[in-house]
Amino acid sequence: MATRATVADARDVSGRGSWLSEVGDFCRQRPLGAIGAVVVVINILVGLGANVIAPYDPLATDYGAMLSSPSAGHWLGTDAFGRDVLSRIIYGSRTAMLVGFACAFFGATVGAVIGVTSAYFAGRVDLLIQRVMDIFLAFPLIILALAVVSILGTGITNVIMAITIPMIPRAALVARSSALAIRELPYVDAARAAGFRHRRIILRHMLPNVMAPYLIMLTAYLGQAILLEASLSFLGLGVSEPTAAWGLMLRGAAVQFAEAAPWMAIFPGLAISLAVFAFNLFGDSLRDALDPRLKTQ
Amino acid sequence: MAKYIVKRLLLMIPTLLGVAVLIFFLMRVVPGDIVELRFAGESAFAQKENLDKERARLGLDRPLWQQFLTWMLGIVRLDFGTSMWTGAPIIEEIKLRATLSFQLAVMATFIAVALAIPLGVVAALKQDTWVDYVVRIFSIAGLATPSFWLGIVFILMLLIVFKWLPPMVYTPFWIDPWQNMLQLIWPALAVGYRYSAVAMRMTRSAMLEVLREDYIRTARAKGLWQKLILSRHALKNAMLPVLTVIALEFAFLMGGLVVTEQVFNLNGLGMLFVESVARRDYTLTQALVMLVAFVFIFVNFTVDLMYAWLDPRIRFR
Repeated sequence: MATRATVADARDVSGRGSWLSEVGDFCRQRPLGAIGAVVVVINILVGLGANVIAPYDPLATDYGAMLSSPSAGHWLGTDAFGRDVLSRIIYGSRTAMLVGFACAFFGATVGAVIGVTSAYFAGRVDLLIQRVMDIFLAFPLIILALAVVSILGTGITNVIMAITIPMIPRAALVARSSALAIRELPYVDAARAAGFRHRRIILRHMLPNVMAPYLIMLTAYLGQAILLEASLSFLGLGVSEPTAAWGLMLRGAAVQFAEAAPWMAIFPGLAISLAVFAFNLFGDSLRDALDPRLKTQ
Repeated sequence: MAKYIVKRLLLMIPTLLGVAVLIFFLMRVVPGDIVELRFAGESAFAQKENLDKERARLGLDRPLWQQFLTWMLGIVRLDFGTSMWTGAPIIEEIKLRATLSFQLAVMATFIAVALAIPLGVVAALKQDTWVDYVVRIFSIAGLATPSFWLGIVFILMLLIVFKWLPPMVYTPFWIDPWQNMLQLIWPALAVGYRYSAVAMRMTRSAMLEVLREDYIRTARAKGLWQKLILSRHALKNAMLPVLTVIALEFAFLMGGLVVTEQVFNLNGLGMLFVESVARRDYTLTQALVMLVAFVFIFVNFTVDLMYAWLDPRIRFR
């Protein structure tokens, strides 16, 4: 830990150039991770620029062209309402990225704060927080998400909440175990001796030092959140029609018309898989790069 | 050891109690109740009198703490009561669905283990070669592909290529094993792929760690067969974390297959859960959540015990 801190300091001193070279190193040493990162960036750009890129309005129905197969006019065909599948996938990217980033960010952040707090106070507070987290962990992710959606109702904000809540205890568990080691370090003692408040020690001194596991969790949760959103939307408990969302596109009609219009069932699923695949590929390489134990091997 | 087991068993109680409190109040917070839902179908203006009568029959008019206490007293006597929606005993409702979910979980586990362990070991042995890359990509793809979509793709393939659909009605294994397998093998494959990806990654990283241990080098230095080193020295020690993920995934499969069951029209525990929440069937939902949480906590406990038993380095206080 101590050596890592000095490495980080040295990096800061040498300025911005080294930051770029670090990215270069990452790409060279971990080509798979770099590919993942590129796909992630493309996904984000597609989501942001959906209104420019998409050839059609994702909500525009065309009853003259219902269930038409992929052609020059509609590259990936149309659905049961004659809506362009490609455009809906492009707009779906926006939904997926929004849900993915929001859930991963809030889940990992709130979880990290709880985990570090729990480790910092130790003793009874720690025991109490851990027991509460245990209770949440005993629910499978999807079941807790389902329960939350039933209470809050469907819609994108509620889906984000429903996915974030079950993620928090999982993140807290990881952050706590990393923070337990930091707690014993001299600088935490020093901060306490200097009379800093608990909040300041937790937020300014301990939290920044669980950055590595935090980033790893963040990338891992991104993929999971996208998958969960797709599952919830597929069940009709997530984002609601007519919003373009990948899971929603697979729901109902896609299965009903599977034989007549297989493109409806195949392409949105491919979009989900590709996006999550890219996040995982990137996250894996990031973990290898950030984990000092793996570095020495 | 005995002391540790007792301590862990006692620690289960507050966690389960917490789960019970959480799900009990979560269900009551969900807008609308079973009585409203049932009468909503009959007419737009259901008599308030009838609603009240029905609530009284189900015991929903009593104070919450009384309802909770009655429920808890039942659980202690292993009496989960009757489903509010169908009126059938909850044990009966769950039993049928649980056999299906259990069989599916067992099948998926077999598929996952058969894929994960050999591939994970090979990837570790050939680290950073193309074999390793292929296995890793295969496993990351497994984590990325939604099982329910893989299920849809399977059905599509069967339909388009073979003009055949798996049976849509569940036949218990002991009545017609062939029909049963024909139906369940597809969801088992769809779920097993993701499951194997998780186990494969763990096998690979555990093997990599073990292969760097001193005792492996010693075994090599004394000229032991590579096969013997792998099977007796390396694999045996690498299996612990793999066992953990397999066990935890199994626990998850028992209750978490909500979406895949929907795709294959399987009446498992996941489907039952969605239905019972939609119907606001408090008693059934509560019992299901308690069951799933219990399985999860119990599996966790068993895994910890297994660690102590299989790895003499670990000793519990």
